[in-house]
Amino acid sequence: MLNLFLRRLMLGIVTVVIVSIIIFLGVELLPGDACTAFLEREAQGKLLENCRNDLGLGRPAYERYLEWAVGAAQGDLGISANGQKSIADLVGHRLGNSLLLALCAMCAGIPLAIILGVVTGLWRDRSVDLVFSTSAIFAMTIPEFVSATVLILLFSVWLEWLPGIVLTPADSPASDFFPEILLPVIVLAMVMTAHILRMVRSSVIQVMESDYIQMATLKGVPYWQTVFRHALPNALLPAINVVALTIAWLLGGVVVIEVVFNYPGLGRMMIDAISDRDLPVVQAIALIVATVYVCVNLTADLMTMIANPRLRTHYLRK
Amino acid sequence: MMDKPLINIKNLSVGFRSLSGKIMPVLRNVDLSVHCGESIGLVGESGSGKSTLALAAMGYLKRGLQVIDGVVQFEDHSMFTLTRTDLEGVRGGKLALIPQNSGQSLTPTSKIGTQLSEALKLHSSLDATHHKQRVIELLTQVRLPDPEAIFERYPHELSGGQQQRAAIAMALAGEPEALLLDEPTTGLDVTTQAHILELLRELAADTGMAMVYVSHDLGAIARVCDRVMVMYAGEIVLEGTTSQVLKTPIHPYAHGLLASIPKLSDAHLPQALDGRPPVPGDAGAGCAFADRCALVSNVCRKERPVLHRTPNGEHVRCHHFTDIDKMNSTAARSAVLAQTDNLSKAFPILTLGGLSIRYQQKGLLDDLSARLFGAEKILIPTVDDIYLEIRRGETVGLVGESGSGKSTILKSLAGLLSPAAGQVLFDLGSTGQSAPVQLPSVVEARGHDHLRAIQLIFQNPDDSLNPRHTIAEILAQPLTLYFGLTGDALYERSVSILERVRLGAHYLNRLPSQLSGGEKQRVAIARAFAAEPDLILCDEVTSALDVSVQAAVLALLNELKHEKGTTYIFVSHDLAVVKALSDRVAVLYQGRMCELGPSDAVYSYPSHPYTEVLLGAVLEPDPDSAPKLVADDIVELSPPAKGCAFQRRCPRRLGTICDEMVPEWQQGAGQHMIRCHIPLKELITLQKDA
Repeated sequence: MLNLFLRRLMLGIVTVVIVSIIIFLGVELLPGDACTAFLEREAQGKLLENCRNDLGLGRPAYERYLEWAVGAAQGDLGISANGQKSIADLVGHRLGNSLLLALCAMCAGIPLAIILGVVTGLWRDRSVDLVFSTSAIFAMTIPEFVSATVLILLFSVWLEWLPGIVLTPADSPASDFFPEILLPVIVLAMVMTAHILRMVRSSVIQVMESDYIQMATLKGVPYWQTVFRHALPNALLPAINVVALTIAWLLGGVVVIEVVFNYPGLGRMMIDAISDRDLPVVQAIALIVATVYVCVNLTADLMTMIANPRLRTHYLRK
Repeated sequence: MMDKPLINIKNLSVGFRSLSGKIMPVLRNVDLSVHCGESIGLVGESGSGKSTLALAAMGYLKRGLQVIDGVVQFEDHSMFTLTRTDLEGVRGGKLALIPQNSGQSLTPTSKIGTQLSEALKLHSSLDATHHKQRVIELLTQVRLPDPEAIFERYPHELSGGQQQRAAIAMALAGEPEALLLDEPTTGLDVTTQAHILELLRELAADTGMAMVYVSHDLGAIARVCDRVMVMYAGEIVLEGTTSQVLKTPIHPYAHGLLASIPKLSDAHLPQALDGRPPVPGDAGAGCAFADRCALVSNVCRKERPVLHRTPNGEHVRCHHFTDIDKMNSTAARSAVLAQTDNLSKAFPILTLGGLSIRYQQKGLLDDLSARLFGAEKILIPTVDDIYLEIRRGETVGLVGESGSGKSTILKSLAGLLSPAAGQVLFDLGSTGQSAPVQLPSVVEARGHDHLRAIQLIFQNPDDSLNPRHTIAEILAQPLTLYFGLTGDALYERSVSILERVRLGAHYLNRLPSQLSGGEKQRVAIARAFAAEPDLILCDEVTSALDVSVQAAVLALLNELKHEKGTTYIFVSHDLAVVKALSDRVAVLYQGRMCELGPSDAVYSYPSHPYTEVLLGAVLEPDPDSAPKLVADDIVELSPPAKGCAFQRRCPRRLGTICDEMVPEWQQGAGQHMIRCHIPLKELITLQKDA
């Protein structure tokens, strides 16, 4: 088991290293460099040369990559091109904010999704199922910025219950983001609930039609006991991976929502950095998002392995 | 006899509502009564409604089915009107089920012990502190080895036979008065099946339980049941004592069903029962069996026969049961196995020289530990040491239980698995004289001629035919690939091939899903023959089919062999099926060959002890025959590192010589070879006495 864990961890690290190389190469291949981007029209002559010397851009690419990668591994993500500030500090707050948003969305979305998934699966084709399954399809297919705008219109413009935009500065403590954070959380929770719900629903339906559920019924096991002891432990196993994917998406990819609500998270920072052509920051965020993906999926795989007796005993015996 | 039946089903009709809103009956006016201590067999082919009937006895219907008419009584309960709570009290308690395929019927995420304790908690008055002890008792009662360990195991950690025993133990937990068994041994190895049946017989005798035994396997029914009911298209067509039904069946369907079963004692191919049963709702006003019946007359098509009671106490649903004797004279005598003349003079088409196949591979860690500590991991090949020469036109059967490597050998010959060692020589026969060449081991390396010359037919046509291709497209692939046929030429050839497998041109535009199981397998056979192969590899080709369809497929294979002189390698776990078709038979255990010879010789004495075990476990559809169980049905996961492959299970083990040395081949009469340390003469004496 430990052996397997170490092997998966190694694989994860290798993945992150490969991704970091790709990110570095990608930025490297862009026309121009951090200095031309930063200096824009003044990028010529002495000024450009000085800047390049300052940033050490004259050195070969592999040297710069190593320096960057080793720094990143130690938590030093370099210095932003335009503000001359430590990226680690800048990103730190933003990452914290993104985590806060993700955490709130998860706390609301995951339990709701699982409960609704189970309910719709058990009462397949009844009215509960029709209502929630159809809403889920809507929640999945309507673009987030549309649902976000509609919610802002509804809750902050018409009803005036919740603030429609986040004005709290990036480096404020978590408590300051309430209640501004609620609307973005609702939008995110809606989308993730829809995805997980559909997955759980189909898994529950499949398990409820399996031979072992029929057997449990014919063994005289009461219905709810059948559901909780025999069906759900099996039906929820495949949900782990979907939940993991959703979490990874929440932590790295909610750019649109952050922009719509002006939320100071990683996604918006990424957008800002791209429009400012602040390449070191873009690189740093891309690396962080990749690392998050790898970590979350690794955790999910391990959890599946632990929760599924088939896999667990397989690896234990090895 | 006894006054009140335990299970009493009266005039039960069950059906489902079709898309057009019409109700399609699956069971029609069925009566079933089971008294205490009685054991009743329900037989019929797939779709006959036998499982539906058994489950209905528990007040359970599969999704979509509904009761149209009739009552189901268990003791004083009317099962379909009970409340959910009352039903839960009866199910698994006084009335328990042993399911088909326990591997899928045990919850994968909970331990065997937990699942049995749950049954106790629901249905026994025992105090919770005694549950574990009682579970261990139950596991011991069904003769599971090391019950303490099994208690802590998950279902997937048990072999198929052990899972079935655990399911039996679970059913016994509620101390049932009646057991319903839904194909409880289907899918198990012959020896395991025989042991499970013996266990059930003993349990029934000890506890006085009533049993309803659902099976398509008349051999199993013969072993455990007092009375048999034969079902066809949702109706009971014949009911009588086991010996009445199996020895002198008076219904034409039962008669045909029995004739279609291949038997070890019979040198003939089994007799096929043509046609297929009507689909639900399709049965007209007359007898459901009329279209397939040899005794059919006008009255059969107009009037549905009632269940007559005969003077012998049997019940039969037939207008002409008194004429049943005509069946033997009117029905054509089943075909004798097509013999290829001068087999011994034919050139060998395929020669296996020390074939060895290995699934296990060295991992990164094994490599590392070998380098660091010098601890080289020994890999035991899954299949090893196979020497076999097959002549053109010959049919060689490979038999053995699951895990014997028979399918692995076929896969390797088909080029799907690369052998670890040994050589395979193949003769395309194009030169008119023997010119064997090395057969490239993987399919990618084989030339057109080799690909065409060797064709594989799979066990399950549902998996081997592309569901989105029409039959025309399926047949066109080999025809276009190997012969470049297109347009009219392709069409004509496709039709002639279809006709050869007794399917008409109108099948060309159909999809596999529109065909019955037997028809699908015929298409798969047609596809193989379309390539005009020299060698056809048949991997359990009849195992997924009903017996009557199986007989038809066997007859077809035999006919095509006669016509084309094709060579077959025929793999099956069913010894009688192999015997029906093969010239020679090779018996495999754990990927090693134990015995090889002409089929008559292999199926009589002397035998390798493993063959003896296999033959002893075969159940014939005859209530007077009993299996001879000489060895335990332990499942071995891998072959031993040295010595005889069968050493651990052998009932005739000599001692350490078996563990240490691989036995030499002993030559018997007429190319009969046995690989055992016991001299042949001694084997004959030992086995005659047994």
